[in-house]
Amino acid sequence: MSTHEDKGHIIPNSTLVAVWLALLVLTVITVAASRVDLGALNIWVALGIACSKSALVITFFMHMKYENWLFRLFLLIALVTLAVFIGFTFFDTLYRQPI
Amino acid sequence: MNQTASTTISRGFWDAPGGRKGIGAWIFSTDHKRIGLLYFYSTLAFFCVGVLLGLALRFELFQPGADFFTAQQYNSIFTLHGVVMIFLFIIPGIPAAFGNLVMPIQIGAEDVAFPRLNLLSWWLYMIGAIMALTSLFTGGGAPDTGWTFYVPFSVRTTTNVSLATLAVFIIGFSGILTGLNFLVTIHRLRAPGMTWWRIPLFTWALYATAWVQVLATPVLGITVLLIFAERVIGSGVFDPARGGDPVMYQHLFWIYSHPAVYIMILPGMGVITDIIPVFARKPVFGYKAIAISSLAIAGAGSVVWAHHMVTSGMSDIAVMIFSLLTFLVAIPSAIKVFNWVATLYKGSIQLDPPLLFALSFIVLFSIGGLTGLVLGSAATDVHVHDTYFVVGHFHFVMFGGTGFAFFAAMHYWLPKFYGRMYNKKAAVWGWALMTFGFLVLYMSMMIVGMEGMPRRYYDYLPKFTFWNQMSTIGSWFLAIGLLIVFVNIFRGLFKGEPVGSNPWGGATLEWQTPSPPPLENFEAEPVVTHGPYEYKKAGIL
Amino acid sequence: MSETTHTAHAEHPKDYTGAKLGMWLFLFTEVLLFGGLFILYAIYLQRYPEGFKLGGDQLNVWFGGGNTLVLLTSSLTVAMAITALQQGRVKASLRLVGATLFFALWFLVNKYFEWSAKIHHGIYPKSEHLKEMPGGEQVFFNLYYLMTGLHGIHVLVGAGVMTWVMWLIRKGKVNPDDYVTLENAGLYWHLVDLIWIFLFPLYYLIL
Repeated sequence: MSTHEDKGHIIPNSTLVAVWLALLVLTVITVAASRVDLGALNIWVALGIACSKSALVITFFMHMKYENWLFRLFLLIALVTLAVFIGFTFFDTLYRQPI
Repeated sequence: MNQTASTTISRGFWDAPGGRKGIGAWIFSTDHKRIGLLYFYSTLAFFCVGVLLGLALRFELFQPGADFFTAQQYNSIFTLHGVVMIFLFIIPGIPAAFGNLVMPIQIGAEDVAFPRLNLLSWWLYMIGAIMALTSLFTGGGAPDTGWTFYVPFSVRTTTNVSLATLAVFIIGFSGILTGLNFLVTIHRLRAPGMTWWRIPLFTWALYATAWVQVLATPVLGITVLLIFAERVIGSGVFDPARGGDPVMYQHLFWIYSHPAVYIMILPGMGVITDIIPVFARKPVFGYKAIAISSLAIAGAGSVVWAHHMVTSGMSDIAVMIFSLLTFLVAIPSAIKVFNWVATLYKGSIQLDPPLLFALSFIVLFSIGGLTGLVLGSAATDVHVHDTYFVVGHFHFVMFGGTGFAFFAAMHYWLPKFYGRMYNKKAAVWGWALMTFGFLVLYMSMMIVGMEGMPRRYYDYLPKFTFWNQMSTIGSWFLAIGLLIVFVNIFRGLFKGEPVGSNPWGGATLEWQTPSPPPLENFEAEPVVTHGPYEYKKAGIL
Repeated sequence: MSETTHTAHAEHPKDYTGAKLGMWLFLFTEVLLFGGLFILYAIYLQRYPEGFKLGGDQLNVWFGGGNTLVLLTSSLTVAMAITALQQGRVKASLRLVGATLFFALWFLVNKYFEWSAKIHHGIYPKSEHLKEMPGGEQVFFNLYYLMTGLHGIHVLVGAGVMTWVMWLIRKGKVNPDDYVTLENAGLYWHLVDLIWIFLFPLYYLIL
């Protein structure tokens, strides 16, 4: 029989629905924000909102809030790696003409 | 072949086919030792294919002019040599074969965390390998792009590149699953008392490798899928005529393929680190430094990819930044080399075959690593880029490094899993011929590269003849050495003298269980009370 | 339950943390797989801001927005399915997984109509019409097909996984005492949602 100590925390439906509503609101906000011309800022606003939506999904829907620190560390490593891959490529493309 | 002798020693896991018969007891087994041996024999088979192709290339280059192959055949052969050696031998060789065999035992586990997934990895590897070999004989002919599949040629060539890229994707997926499996195993299945600072350094190296496998391989996956998409649906994202940028292909390719050289070398370094203290009869020098340097190599190695692209038309700022970062990798690599040498210092050294291969590793890898700095520095790289100097450097690191580590691992660990010992004298002869042949073969390449001979041509100017002939002659010595090593070791494993549980006097857990180990690795779950190299506490010294 | 289905391994309790850790690592590989395409997107967006704007204008925000709602809701249903199973409400859990499957298929139907409309207008990788466009727009649409296509494949795989989990729940192999498979299936499904959360603004809202 498996022990229950490492099993998941039960998240009540009310919390899940609240998160879902927040995600819907953020979707509306991101569409609305894209109609306002902020120049180069638009993309960063859109990415910022997408990141907050992801944070909500990861924290509650994916139970990250109730997992131990190792999961968070792993997530951090993966995201930093991706950020480095994207960021370092700009060392090249920002400083030359298209080929 | 060994029924007669089997009465004398316990056959351990060999006697536990899991209710299956014949080959089914192997190809459907979820026992990590059986999967490890499956990997071992499959990688070794592909290694032999790669060696034959390499010998064929050297035959062609014995003298100028077209002797045996046309230019197109030569291109296909070096492509295949690269794909087979890199994707089918070096990358899975040590982590998948010896990692599977040894790692769970080293941490005191019964098996890996996901045994069925482990079996799936091997199946995917074999499917990918068969697809890669099929691509030679189907479609428009054998791929002729080199193992790097650079655009635009890989998109335009009529040879069967599409199938080869899918094969690479599947093999990559197999590597990802192995890495994932090892990470979870090392985190979750360590025996009581096996704290992080008591993990043997081979397992530490595998841990760092597994991270690279998990985080970098998917980028290769998408890169080869993009080649596939370019060829099949014409997506054109690397086509300058359509707004694409071919240099971006090189970025994506090397984002994986540079870290991949650490997938290849880190486990080899781990093997050497485990072997040296045993044969120096001394605790390893700087345990924590070596463990952390594995992680540092994995980390630093992931941010230096663009040093392969110095002459690609990349921006000068990127050239300088990536060149600088490249030098950082030398630091953790040097930490390892210094620690190995410091471990040997004042040790009571016993020159058994595993240590001889390990010593060759240190010398050859150091030469490879130092010539790597010539390539890492942008100013000198421009001169030797795409010459035989690169080929020489690459083989010093990959064959002199990983390849010799693979042979060291064979001589060190295989007696454990077969319970029998090979003839040590013959092994020394094999080692000597291999090392001598190796030096002649690849040193000549470096010299002729410095003289300006470009790589990847079936023909060359007459002035390069001497060193090319030296190189080819070296390849024959190397081949004879390999033959001696293979015949000797397999003769020994099936017919040699039985060995006890600890023939070398190691203190890591794999030597504390019978040879061959039982199905569940230990007769009782081990409790770890000392570090992996504390021979006095282990009662060995 | 382990007495009935896992007698052979009764002495080895299932390692829930290990199983989920493995799943998370797999999700990271998926992130990096898409990551290669996000690298291309970032570089080309920086190079062709105008072309990407013109391309984004031609995508229908109602399709994209509608599919966003569909996927967000499907994420809710699969999260609720886990809660239901943890609370022992097996039937409710089964229905919620079924709802997730339904939304997955709905998403694909939407995608089918969206792609059909684009292809009908002569915008697809090999079309002559696309080849006549400026480079920036071409790259935009080619990446659009590659990224939404790869995402679509993941939705399809997710639908398959949901079907498989429903079968496991029916068979009782996934049950209130042993539900890590459902949790992992849910994690995979949430990842599909996460990728879309980024694809939606990057393609449909670049104006």
